[in-house]
Amino acid sequence: MSASLLLAAAPDHITTPSVAYKALAPIFIVIAAALLGVLAEAVVPRRERFSVQLGIALVGLVTAVIWVGAIHGTSLTTPSPKGNNLPFAGSLAIDPAGLFIQGTILALAIMSTLLMAERSVDVGSPIVASAAAVVGSPDDRRLAQSDRVQTEVFPLMMFAVAGMLIFPIANNLLLMFVALEVLSLPLYLMAGMARRRRLLSQEAAVKYFLLGAFASAFFLYGLSLLYGYADSVDLPNIFIATRQSGKSDVLLYLGLALLLVGLLFKAGIAPFHSWTPDVYQGAPTPVTAFMAACTKVAAFGAILRVLYVGFSSSSWDWRPVVWGVAIASMVVGAVFGLTQTDVKRILAYSSIAHAGFILVGLVALTKDGVSSVLFYLLTYGFSTLAAFGLLMVVRDADGEATRLSQWSGLARKSPFVAVVMTILLMSMAGIPLTSGFTGKFFVFRAAFHVAAPLVVIALIFSAIAAFFYLRIVVLMFFAEPPENGPTIAIPGWSTSVALTFGVVVTIVLGVFPQPILDLAVKAAHLTG
Amino acid sequence: MTHHDARLLILVLIPLLGSVAVFSLKETQGKLAKQISLGVSLVVAVYAIVVLFQFDTSSKAERFQFNGSWTWIKAFGVHIAFGVDGIAIVLVAMSVVLVPAVILASWNALDSRAGAEELNPSGRRRSVKNYFGLILLLEFFMIGVFTATDVFLFYVFFEAMLVPMYFIIGSFGGPRRQYAAMKFFLYSLVGGLLMLASVIGLYVTTGSRSFAITDLIGKVPDGPTQKWLFLGFFIAFAIKAPLVPFHTWLPDAGAEAPAGGAALLVGVLDKVGTFGFLRYCLPLFPGASRYFAPLILVLSVVGILYASFLAIGQRDMKRLVAYTSVAHFGFIGLGIFAFTTQGGTGAVLYMVNHGFSTGALFIVVGLLIARGKSRNVDDYGGAAKVTPILAGLFLLAGLSALALPGMSTFVSEFLVLVGTFTRYKAFAIIATTGIVLAAIYVLYLYQRTFQGAVNEKVTKFRDLNVREVFSVAPLIALIVFLGVYPKPVLDIINPAVKATLSDVHKTDPAPVFKTAVGGKK
Repeated sequence: MSASLLLAAAPDHITTPSVAYKALAPIFIVIAAALLGVLAEAVVPRRERFSVQLGIALVGLVTAVIWVGAIHGTSLTTPSPKGNNLPFAGSLAIDPAGLFIQGTILALAIMSTLLMAERSVDVGSPIVASAAAVVGSPDDRRLAQSDRVQTEVFPLMMFAVAGMLIFPIANNLLLMFVALEVLSLPLYLMAGMARRRRLLSQEAAVKYFLLGAFASAFFLYGLSLLYGYADSVDLPNIFIATRQSGKSDVLLYLGLALLLVGLLFKAGIAPFHSWTPDVYQGAPTPVTAFMAACTKVAAFGAILRVLYVGFSSSSWDWRPVVWGVAIASMVVGAVFGLTQTDVKRILAYSSIAHAGFILVGLVALTKDGVSSVLFYLLTYGFSTLAAFGLLMVVRDADGEATRLSQWSGLARKSPFVAVVMTILLMSMAGIPLTSGFTGKFFVFRAAFHVAAPLVVIALIFSAIAAFFYLRIVVLMFFAEPPENGPTIAIPGWSTSVALTFGVVVTIVLGVFPQPILDLAVKAAHLTG
Repeated sequence: MTHHDARLLILVLIPLLGSVAVFSLKETQGKLAKQISLGVSLVVAVYAIVVLFQFDTSSKAERFQFNGSWTWIKAFGVHIAFGVDGIAIVLVAMSVVLVPAVILASWNALDSRAGAEELNPSGRRRSVKNYFGLILLLEFFMIGVFTATDVFLFYVFFEAMLVPMYFIIGSFGGPRRQYAAMKFFLYSLVGGLLMLASVIGLYVTTGSRSFAITDLIGKVPDGPTQKWLFLGFFIAFAIKAPLVPFHTWLPDAGAEAPAGGAALLVGVLDKVGTFGFLRYCLPLFPGASRYFAPLILVLSVVGILYASFLAIGQRDMKRLVAYTSVAHFGFIGLGIFAFTTQGGTGAVLYMVNHGFSTGALFIVVGLLIARGKSRNVDDYGGAAKVTPILAGLFLLAGLSALALPGMSTFVSEFLVLVGTFTRYKAFAIIATTGIVLAAIYVLYLYQRTFQGAVNEKVTKFRDLNVREVFSVAPLIALIVFLGVYPKPVLDIINPAVKATLSDVHKTDPAPVFKTAVGGKK
């Protein structure tokens, strides 16, 4: 006894924690791509910079997603019950659920990158060439005409993706906080980079930054209180503490509440959603798509881990809270969504409502609950990303035509765009034979055991939300087009690939969801 | 229990493939689109009738026949499972007969020349191939919804069916089509989502690993849970059927939909509601069905009277026909929830007859509107002198709607009333006044449009051509045939109704008087 104590107190050598390079390789690959991108920005001539940057980003993401596919189901990702083979002494957990989320984020990031590489619909790209130019200055006017492109956005995005990959697998709250900042900082910048409507975009960036900073502070404060409660910032240790700690529960409740504020903010869940419509509207559309899909997936991954790994034994305390914010999100998303007149804002409110539906699955606290949340995130991500991507091709002289009235009679101009949009909207409304229905069914089924009334509420709000999706369909198909309505631009190859992929996934997961469902069911395993 | 009988699967898939073919045509190939759709719908009709004749009506036959089941979503225990009982097969047969009639009747409805059937102020061109593609797509969902024996699959068809109908109303309908399409979709969607809650609840409460209807019958424990689950299904079906007070979408949708679409909407889609009562509400939730039956009977009787009075007061012909249907659905509800074999059999036969009769009525009204370019009865008068054939067919369709003896609708109405009388005398007596009211709204409509002084707008009307006659005449012939000789259909329906009633644990009350029209073996 005393010998071992001595040994622990004065080791002969410091044992470095195992890193499990193979399991963490996707993260390293993405970070490497980001650093390479920074380097390329400095050395590659301007003419070739765009294609080189795009190449680095895509190669990095694709390699990472292939890696994720290769290690899934192997012993690398099935940690021993004691969790002693986790990398960085248990700070990171490459478990099946984490890996599923990483794969989803990477796949969605590839699509976002493709959307960002769009150069056909507008001169230059959707990203402003020099974000620092003062709006209205001669510089700014010159920029609006030139076809200069800006390529820093690709390495920025890679950093954000790296943060997102770490965020949902962090079993250590401090590391989770670092990941949160790594993913957020590039996003604050990217939100301000819209090529058109610069002021709106800059406003979005400032708003997002200020509110995001507050949210991070909340997270950090909560973390410190939890440390006071559990003497540890590791989720497994916090879990042990919640079961046997003699300390005051006030620390626990306050800490968890503040922690959740930070997380709910990132996931765009009511009542911490108010930034979402403004930022989604102001940010460049591909960036909006990236935020709406990837950030949300990553944030929900983190919420899942915090609640399931760290606080599953105090579920009686947080379950009513999750009920509350789920209902609030559905109410805000569905009801406020009805009053919007801008398609981008409608989609923003739709994402808030969807966050509410996902929380319904979270309440279940079962394996089914985990896999239904994972599956829903996947279906939601693809449909939303493709829907935002589609906004890029409907344009007028001022850029994207996002006012709802401009979409009337769109089916007459381009039946194809209208049909694709309809499929995506039907999926979001949860009409059978689309991925959205499969996801909703899975989530509601998982939650029915413990929260039947919540499921009924969610179904009612699905119907209300369906109304505003239908409103767009009605306008596109049944209304007369306005006099000088928008035109449909022919998108470049990259956008076309991304849109096609999004729509195909939406339909396939509605008609033949079995393979992905199997993956999600197998992935319902979080290591604590 | 794995059956792989593919007969029904093929039946379901033919219209789907047809609709894909029609959608992939060019916009200019409207004529070809019509020909393909007519051809496909006729093939489906012939194929379905062949299957119908293979249906075993002997006493030791299985309840569900032609069963085929394939795993679809293993994680949810969902199968692509088809099978029909006597109720489903006659409804499928009714649907597949109605579709070619509708296609024939809509042949020139969208041409810019003959067009303007729906008083479209903007006069915009409508895509011919899309209309016929949507009708075939709708047929796919209609057959699917009647033949599915997996609750999940049924739900998928039930909801997905809204989409083509929504576009038929919204893209090809009358002046207020946007409003009507939206109202139709939202009403149905709300009902559908309540049903989804019950479907999930069914899965959870029974603990069954499968959604097959045969695995679920008798598994829901009696009590408050069963009542809640029942209500989820019931409201969805009551909206669909529609029963008063869930009916307000139908007059709008029926009036604004193009005549062909309206015929399918009221003739077939709404039957899914009453079919759902029989297939899902009664067998799955017997206790709750008995508990709620008096309430539903009251709603049915109120519906019969209320809708009949409204129909009498309508000036818009399509709204009028829509209201008559609400009244007829009251009769069907009455027959189902009286829990007698006669009532149930009558209700099912009523569903078949009503499909033909209302389908025919919508089609003839559509033909009249196509000539007068107005839905208002005041714009017509004395048309019988100008268009005798149309007048004759109109009168026959109308008489079938008011259940004249000799027409099949009489048989079914009589069975429903007799079946109800043996258990609930008061309801049956009140409902009987609906017959009188039916005579008023039908004959009053006929009188205002075809009799009396010839309205000058009517003088240039062209009488029906051969195609138009062929779109209505077969339906009327069927009505008359089944009116005189309903036995073959009753033989198919009877065992299925008995099986359903035994699920509800209801036996017929001791007969007050021995009577039955046809079919009692």
